[in-house]
Amino acid sequence: MSLWSETTQERAREIISRYPEKRSAVMPLLYLAMAEDGYLTNDGMAEVAVWCGITPAQVRSVASFYTMYKREPTGEYLLSCCTSISCMLLGGDDILGAVEDESGVPHGETDDEGLLSVEHVECIGACGGAPAVQVNYELIEGVTPEKARELVRWLRTARPKVVNTDEMQELFGGPRSFDWGISEEDGAIGPYPAFQPLGTVGSEGGG
Amino acid sequence: MTTLLVTRRMTDHPTDSHTLNRYESTGGYIQAKRAMDSSREELVEEVKASRLLGRGGAAFSAGLKWSFLAPARPSYLVINADESEPGTFKDRQLLERDPHQMIEGIIITAVANEAHHAFVYIRGEYPKPARRVQAAIDEAYAIGYLGQGIFGSDYDLEVTVHLGGGAYICGEETALINSLEGLRGEPRLKPPYFPAAKGLYMMPTIVNNVETVSNLPHILSMGSGEYAELTGNDDTGTFMMSLSGHVNRPGNYELPHGITWRELIYDIGGGITGDKKLKAWIPGGASAPWFVPDQHLDLEVTKEATAAAGSMLGSGAVIVMDENTCMVRAAERIVRFFAHESCGQCTPCREGTTWLEMILRRIEEGQGRAVDLDLMVDVSDGISIGLAWPPRMTTICPLGPSAVSPIMALRSYFRGEVDAHVDAGGCPFLPTTRGAPDGTNEGDRRSEEDLSTSGGRGSGGRPPEMTGEDVDRVGGAS
Repeated sequence: MSLWSETTQERAREIISRYPEKRSAVMPLLYLAMAEDGYLTNDGMAEVAVWCGITPAQVRSVASFYTMYKREPTGEYLLSCCTSISCMLLGGDDILGAVEDESGVPHGETDDEGLLSVEHVECIGACGGAPAVQVNYELIEGVTPEKARELVRWLRTARPKVVNTDEMQELFGGPRSFDWGISEEDGAIGPYPAFQPLGTVGSEGGG
Repeated sequence: MTTLLVTRRMTDHPTDSHTLNRYESTGGYIQAKRAMDSSREELVEEVKASRLLGRGGAAFSAGLKWSFLAPARPSYLVINADESEPGTFKDRQLLERDPHQMIEGIIITAVANEAHHAFVYIRGEYPKPARRVQAAIDEAYAIGYLGQGIFGSDYDLEVTVHLGGGAYICGEETALINSLEGLRGEPRLKPPYFPAAKGLYMMPTIVNNVETVSNLPHILSMGSGEYAELTGNDDTGTFMMSLSGHVNRPGNYELPHGITWRELIYDIGGGITGDKKLKAWIPGGASAPWFVPDQHLDLEVTKEATAAAGSMLGSGAVIVMDENTCMVRAAERIVRFFAHESCGQCTPCREGTTWLEMILRRIEEGQGRAVDLDLMVDVSDGISIGLAWPPRMTTICPLGPSAVSPIMALRSYFRGEVDAHVDAGGCPFLPTTRGAPDGTNEGDRRSEEDLSTSGGRGSGGRPPEMTGEDVDRVGGAS
């Protein structure tokens, strides 16, 4: 008897069908479990174990290896500030400081409301547009400390249902690593990567 | 001044270079169709003759890699899009702006290696590139270029996009394979686990980087001979370089091999921000040993010249640091990265990178001691014997030895700067080598007062996680 909704179960079956061996679906199913519960619960990991035909301990060994699998309650918005070398050279530490100060949430923690989590992360591949941040892994390049403060205030007041990278870049970003070229309407609906085949993507239109 | 190959379409057609329509109207998929009629031997020989080197960092001959594929079947193809080397963002651009080019490369590579299932392993922090790639894959499926009986043939090719979970080590090909199998992303021993022999599900597997396969349509189109002649040296074709740090024009540049570092940083990169002086740069991603102006500025940007000078082009990421950059802090930031990303299998890497990070932090925070540099060299020697280049590894994979590169730089070029930290009891530079909010880098030295209040021993600064005595003891035992 699955803990997951019929839609999520259907999604899980579809994901598993993409791999020659079902154990390979552990990582996408972990994202699915996060989308189901908001973060990785023990029950969620146990469910993934059943689907993949492995033990809960084996699932936890995978989940604990990677930084993006959050095993603690995580805010609706996960704000990740890059402080790796290229961002650090251009003030990434100041961005992190501004975010922590404005939000009152230090690295690795979540506010009381469960709205905002803050973390500093290693290189997110936006070095040409440093310093960069991500909200639910949607990128904003060329951020300043003041814009970072505005971003925190915006997330708390506007509370966008879908976090869209083009919109945030327009509002809070600056120089980019390269011309993004084309805008898109999809975005993130939780603190996990927005990717249609995982069922973790949202659209402005679709709500 | 240069021939654009992999970035030509996105340059000429900035608004729709990612679509199937634009791809096909600019010559796309012709080479994949041609490849369908070629034998494995013909394709392997053609790519060997092009002397295309892997663009993920190791710069190994792509054709040779293919030729090693063991006869057992099924074989698999894995595209390494786990781009995570600090300073590197070129694959992100190729994935977002020209995904069909990569897909055509996938088809060519799959046919050459008789693979019927390909995986594109994209780092989890790249959801937008993943969406673009999936959309392009969906387009290719819809028109019959992927799926069952591609291009009307009897050849089946499935492509699965797999998102990573935020682990740099999964860019190492055997760690990536473990990750794709649903295991922890820990590298495997080579031998016996060379992917071409025992890869995904213990079957023969080709792991190629995004940029590597994106070159294939161009090699088949122009012919290996012409491709190999694009440059006048041993490094054939073009090379994507990601410029970041204190340069006026950061970004990705597709360049012919053979320009000089001076041209790259000053002409292409537009020089140092705020007309400051260049202090050092990292020529090939955070793993690469550093270069300094008085020794390396007029060297050629080629694999051979860079190797001869004791470094590598690696992933093509060039990180530029101006005269106001604190080398201890820069080293700390890079070593911190490797300590964070160590998978933990090998003791020298798991323990050594953490020690190095703690020692660097204590120097930066004013707890440094005169012996610390030698101590770091000693710890480094345990990870990468003799701090040699290329590394003599004590570990399964090159991650640990990569963390030693900044220590090599401090020892060779910036010993005085380390000493200055120790003597002053803190960092003589601005606290975070930060740029001012307006983007200029006002890196003036800290005042005497700042030094005396924030950096000195016993000050109110953040306490080091390990005392000097602890590090000495543990380090001294090695």
